[in-house]
Amino acid sequence: MNAQELRKAAKEVLPSVDVVIGQRAGFDPLHAEPCFATKPEDVDDFIASPLCVHNLASYLPSLKGKKVAVVVKGCDSRTVVQFLEEGLIKRENVTVIGVPCSGIISVKKVLERVSHEPIQSISFDNETVTVKTNKREEKIPLLEVAPGKCTTCQYPNPLIFDVLVGQKLEPRGSAEAVYDDIREFETKSLEERKEYWEKTLGRCIRCYACRNACPLCVCQESCIAETRDPHWMSQKDDPKEKMTFHMIHAIHLAGRCTECGECERVCPMDIPLGQLKKKINMGMKELYDYVPGINPEEKPPMYVFKVEEDKIEEHELS
Amino acid sequence: MPELAGKELRIVGFLCNWCSYGGADTAGVGRFKQPTDLRIIRVPCSGRIDPLFVVKALINGADGVLVSGCHPRDCHYSDGNYYARRRLEMLKQFLPFMGIDGKRFHYTWVSASEGQRWQKVVTDFTRQVHGIGPLHEKKEAAK
Repeated sequence: MNAQELRKAAKEVLPSVDVVIGQRAGFDPLHAEPCFATKPEDVDDFIASPLCVHNLASYLPSLKGKKVAVVVKGCDSRTVVQFLEEGLIKRENVTVIGVPCSGIISVKKVLERVSHEPIQSISFDNETVTVKTNKREEKIPLLEVAPGKCTTCQYPNPLIFDVLVGQKLEPRGSAEAVYDDIREFETKSLEERKEYWEKTLGRCIRCYACRNACPLCVCQESCIAETRDPHWMSQKDDPKEKMTFHMIHAIHLAGRCTECGECERVCPMDIPLGQLKKKINMGMKELYDYVPGINPEEKPPMYVFKVEEDKIEEHELS
Repeated sequence: MPELAGKELRIVGFLCNWCSYGGADTAGVGRFKQPTDLRIIRVPCSGRIDPLFVVKALINGADGVLVSGCHPRDCHYSDGNYYARRRLEMLKQFLPFMGIDGKRFHYTWVSASEGQRWQKVVTDFTRQVHGIGPLHEKKEAAK
């Protein structure tokens, strides 16, 4: 990833759009923040590095009607494709600046690695992260502090783009390996799984950050979790209510989630929420031979049906 | 139903107005003996059934959920049950991941004339849920 090339590409695109969305350095060396560039000098703030963790495609549906250019990584580009599949954005209004990505950092994992010491600087060199804190300097392989999605990344290159900045990269590992964690979890017994989720989702503080950050959660303020009367869930601090909320989130993303990992990234309680969606996606692949965010011409599986389904069989009662 | 005597479970049934509700009615009119664990909720079409209805029922006290609609090709609204089939199949695969036995949830098709089939579906499903036992603590089941 090269910031100079990115800035050059963004400046070329800027005159033909209302805004270019990129990322710039944030409040400390470890964080990047979204940057909405409307003037060429704003573009000079753009960075391109493993610090660019945000899925900027999330902003597209809310900027409907405007001409927008957006900088996307491979995984983020799937979100753009999914929006197109669902008719949430118009292709002619969006200019996609694609950046092949060899992995990003997980802020939580980096902080854990350096025992939450204040970070003075962070630099990247060929898949190695060098973190300087006020007490020490540590060199860490990028994949050790990358979010789970990067370790099995199948889409390092944007699937849709108007401008490509940088060289195309190879996928990491085999396509089957992506769902290894889910398969492993499924070797557990029902009781163990129930116990695991009760404990894990029990940590949830219902801040709804996962929903708010989710690019595909396009209902936002009319989310059924809060707006229906009678309410789907009460305000009670109860594992059942938490479970209900996360089932709502997961089921509403059935056949839509592009596994960008925003829900996990923003979770303050470090709940592996992506697993729920990955499990459903596994089913979507098996049942309907569908992978979200790959082909803009396709329709998500819950939008369509076949009179004779290929893979669904009648269930027998025992 | 001697094996059920005295320990009823709570099973929620979502039936479409046009076929399965009629089928259940036919079974009643025909005086077919059925287990009494099932509480029926009538909905306009199986396509009206949000998978979250099932989730909500299972999380909040039901031991089993039965969904029944018109046979494929027979939907009163032509294609409601096709959409339902896709959603419910997705849910059926997802529930075990959360630690809820997939056998607690069943979806099927019963037409208005199939009183006997309805009897069989209810009886078999109730037996299946009893085979697994209650999902929630006893004190709740006794309420």
